[in-house]
Amino acid sequence: MATPIETKLKDSVAAAGLALVLSIPFIGLHTISTDQGLVVESRWSWVAWAVGLVFIGRLLLGFARDALAARAASRPKKQAKPVVAGAPTLAARLTRAFMVAALLFAVTLPFMPYSDRYIIDLGTTVLIYILLALGLNVTVGLAGLLDLGFVAFYAIGAYSFALLSKFFGLDFWVCLPLSGLIAALFGAVLSLPILRLRGDYLAIVTLGFGEITRIVILNWQGLTGGPNGVSGIPRPGLFGLSFDRRPPEGMGSFHEVTGISFSGEHRLMFLYLIVLALVCLAVWVINRLRALPVGRAWEALREDEIACRSLGINPTASKVSAYAIGGMMGGFAGCFFAARQGFVSPESFGFIESALILAIVVLGGMGSQVGVVIAALFIVMLPELGREFADYRMIVFGLAMITIMVWRPGGLLSTRVPTVKLDQKGA
Amino acid sequence: MSEPLLNVTGLTMRFGGLVAVDGVNLSADTGRITALIGPNGAGKTTIFNCLTGFYKPTSGELSLAHPTRGKVSLQTLPGYQVARHGVVRTFQNIRLFPRMTVLENLLVAQHVGLMQKSVLGIAGLLGLKGWRTAQKEAIERARFWINRLDLAAVANEEAGNLSYGMQRRVEIARAMNTDPLLLCLDEPAAGLNPRETAALGELLQGIRAEFGIGILLIEHDMTLVMGISDHIHVVEYGRKIAEGTPAQIRTDERVIKAYLGEPDEEELPPVVAADIADVAGEGDRV
Amino acid sequence: MDASALGTFLQYLINGITLGAIYGLIAIGYTMVYGIIRMINFAHGEIYMIGAFVAVTTFSLLSALGIVAVPLALLLVLLVSIFFTAAYGWTVERVAYRPLRGAPKLAPLISAIGMSIFLQNYVMQTQGSRPKPLAPVMNGGISLWQGDGFTLSISYIQLFIIVLTFALMYGFTQLINRTALGRAQRACEQDRTMAGLLGINVDRTISLTFVMGAALAAVAGVLVTMYYGVIDFYIGFLAGMKAFTAAVLGGIGSLPGAMLGGLLIGLIEAFFTGYISGAYKDVASFSVLIAVLVFRPTGLLGRPDIEKV
Repeated sequence: MATPIETKLKDSVAAAGLALVLSIPFIGLHTISTDQGLVVESRWSWVAWAVGLVFIGRLLLGFARDALAARAASRPKKQAKPVVAGAPTLAARLTRAFMVAALLFAVTLPFMPYSDRYIIDLGTTVLIYILLALGLNVTVGLAGLLDLGFVAFYAIGAYSFALLSKFFGLDFWVCLPLSGLIAALFGAVLSLPILRLRGDYLAIVTLGFGEITRIVILNWQGLTGGPNGVSGIPRPGLFGLSFDRRPPEGMGSFHEVTGISFSGEHRLMFLYLIVLALVCLAVWVINRLRALPVGRAWEALREDEIACRSLGINPTASKVSAYAIGGMMGGFAGCFFAARQGFVSPESFGFIESALILAIVVLGGMGSQVGVVIAALFIVMLPELGREFADYRMIVFGLAMITIMVWRPGGLLSTRVPTVKLDQKGA
Repeated sequence: MSEPLLNVTGLTMRFGGLVAVDGVNLSADTGRITALIGPNGAGKTTIFNCLTGFYKPTSGELSLAHPTRGKVSLQTLPGYQVARHGVVRTFQNIRLFPRMTVLENLLVAQHVGLMQKSVLGIAGLLGLKGWRTAQKEAIERARFWINRLDLAAVANEEAGNLSYGMQRRVEIARAMNTDPLLLCLDEPAAGLNPRETAALGELLQGIRAEFGIGILLIEHDMTLVMGISDHIHVVEYGRKIAEGTPAQIRTDERVIKAYLGEPDEEELPPVVAADIADVAGEGDRV
Repeated sequence: MDASALGTFLQYLINGITLGAIYGLIAIGYTMVYGIIRMINFAHGEIYMIGAFVAVTTFSLLSALGIVAVPLALLLVLLVSIFFTAAYGWTVERVAYRPLRGAPKLAPLISAIGMSIFLQNYVMQTQGSRPKPLAPVMNGGISLWQGDGFTLSISYIQLFIIVLTFALMYGFTQLINRTALGRAQRACEQDRTMAGLLGINVDRTISLTFVMGAALAAVAGVLVTMYYGVIDFYIGFLAGMKAFTAAVLGGIGSLPGAMLGGLLIGLIEAFFTGYISGAYKDVASFSVLIAVLVFRPTGLLGRPDIEKV
């Protein structure tokens, strides 16, 4: 229904008025430290801009809404819910097609002529977040257990590798499974005290775990090096071959053995391919698990814990396994992160990371793996695209999170693909 | 007479100062439909919750004569273990897994057996043969119940999208997929129309005849209860006030006074009586 | 226990109560919002941070204008900060949460996290990322007890914080328990649809809840600015988290619970810092929280939540 233009104007004036009030203390006035203490300075022209922008923006929003509503009204009403048994198959097919296309693109990316260091590096970052989000997706998306402290597993994975290599000289390929196992163990142990908690209590306690982990790492100087972190983490090699120009003692080097001339990019490409393989493995394992009793029990737990108990499912076991598997993925991601950076410090594992990972899961539409991939691309790329506005990109990022949620509260992809189908033979 | 499948003695449940169930004795046996009736708030659902492991009774003995494990005291088991011993329930306000398909709902019910076959998921992850066979069998078992309850057309639909009557059926099918000894139904006819209720009655009798399991039923629909029950227990204010066959209950003065209120209700045409019962059922659910 | 040990203990106690009072004020915002719309207003910590920044600007402005009489300046700062912060609180609800009522449970939480990121960076960009030092507003204190080698003292500012907080708490409880607004609020907590049917303007009630929560957070912001004398754009996160912990500890949804939780968190922090280690003080508060939730999942004063089958 279209609102009359007067209403729109009135709304816009109200919004502009509010913008005026809100902008006075922050945009209009700001304090500057001087020798005489804080001095207040004004910039009223900024306020005028802000108010003007809000006025126009609100007006445009009003028209945009009308246009959308008109379009929706003119379109023939779609069937509320297609009862045709073929419909879910379409979703499944599209999912598969997207996954294949994405995989093809991802595998070929590092070998493309336009791929420079920056693109490969960015791709690696995106893949790390996909891996993290896939892990969190197990806990939040599948099992329905809110976790605001997922970064703890990431940190534990990273420090496991850093410390194992520092104290025992273990290399990446040994530490990768170990990091995953250690993180899974932490997940299982941490999940025990919180089994009885639900919803928001779970949120705050997991948040607490995340912070405790960070604080302990920050302060346990003897083990973790405290705020200075751990450096000199060995880079992963390929079957004992190093990607360094001068390989460490006892290692061959990739460029000498293969005869390909040395390039620093090879290591980046190699790292990229490692994390890509990890992501593929995670996608495969999780898809497989969903169709197994373990995974089905997770989803059932998300849907109705009481019904689960009435069917003989042990909710404790389900919860513990969900945290453990999710944590394990986080641990892998952490181990890889440490290998890529060659350095870890507590700074990388703040709450904002947990929030980002959770945002990816929820934006993607909880439980959906394709959604996770798309949302991870979006969340990691958005701040990158805004590089010219580097200062403002986090502002835009916050706004974008709000906008997307308001626009699509269920996440970008909220259709669930069933794990198994009954063919209609003899029915 | 041998020990019945389920024998409850002296079941008492207190919430703070409130005594919801007070020294109730009842029994249910294989191959029989036992009904538990009583006015709203009489404590029927509380009895169910104690039986099926959701509440720990304050006192009392819930003894299950398990065919292979011998005598089991249900009240000593952790909640989820009760179902693993064959006592499975449905809920007054339907608890399906709404975003999972009907088929998936039934497969979740086979969790315990499948979990063993998948060797904690490892065999399943690797796609070993034993697991694949087990999975096929599970799907076939689900298919049996899907067809039996006339759900084939919606087998791949999300359970939450189904009509109320269908959801009721899915819940019963799901319970049956756990392979129970005793099926406990909490107001399965609530919200159903008379035709659906009649079909439910036939279904339950069919299950009893074909599988020889015990059925314990809480129900307000007197037509259904009187029509299919072998034995009826009546509770009021947490106490059992009568038990017996439908014929005995129908003429029991205390029951008529406490529950049926007006003695001539049974003489109403069955449809009207069912409607009255339906209204009672609705009121209970809100 | 010798006199000096006792003195130290009492000093920590005073410090803890001061800190706890501030946490309590912020916690009320969390608890009220949770009570009425069952969501964690993750951006509430930033609202408190905004209150603190408005306070700094206003203090600076007043001193530039030559208004230095402490009571007058304080009153003005409180009013100005409450006004602007409440406006922010109202807007946050209107923009980020209201469109999401009835949406899946996690949607508002993500929206709130987005709001929190936005506000933090907005303040950082407009006010600068460096800490803002403020000249002390209130000096001196009362020395309560002079022993050999130590003094037990309470500064005027601590006294002010404690007295103001408890006065506000009292007034606020009265407001909720006695007025039509409070009744409307409690009605919405119980059953929003029914409240709406009975003629309560639910939207307005929820908005007012945010406004009130923000107003109290603003007071907390002013007090913290005066107490520590330095703020930055990042203070909202940790304070918000502690205050939320306090709200959960006390039993979320309960006003006295929020205050009690705040005090406990303040005390735990003060004593832990004093006797054991400053570095791990946050670990201590969280551990207590986890312990409480494990053994009493509804918090200290929360209503027990019987599982409905």
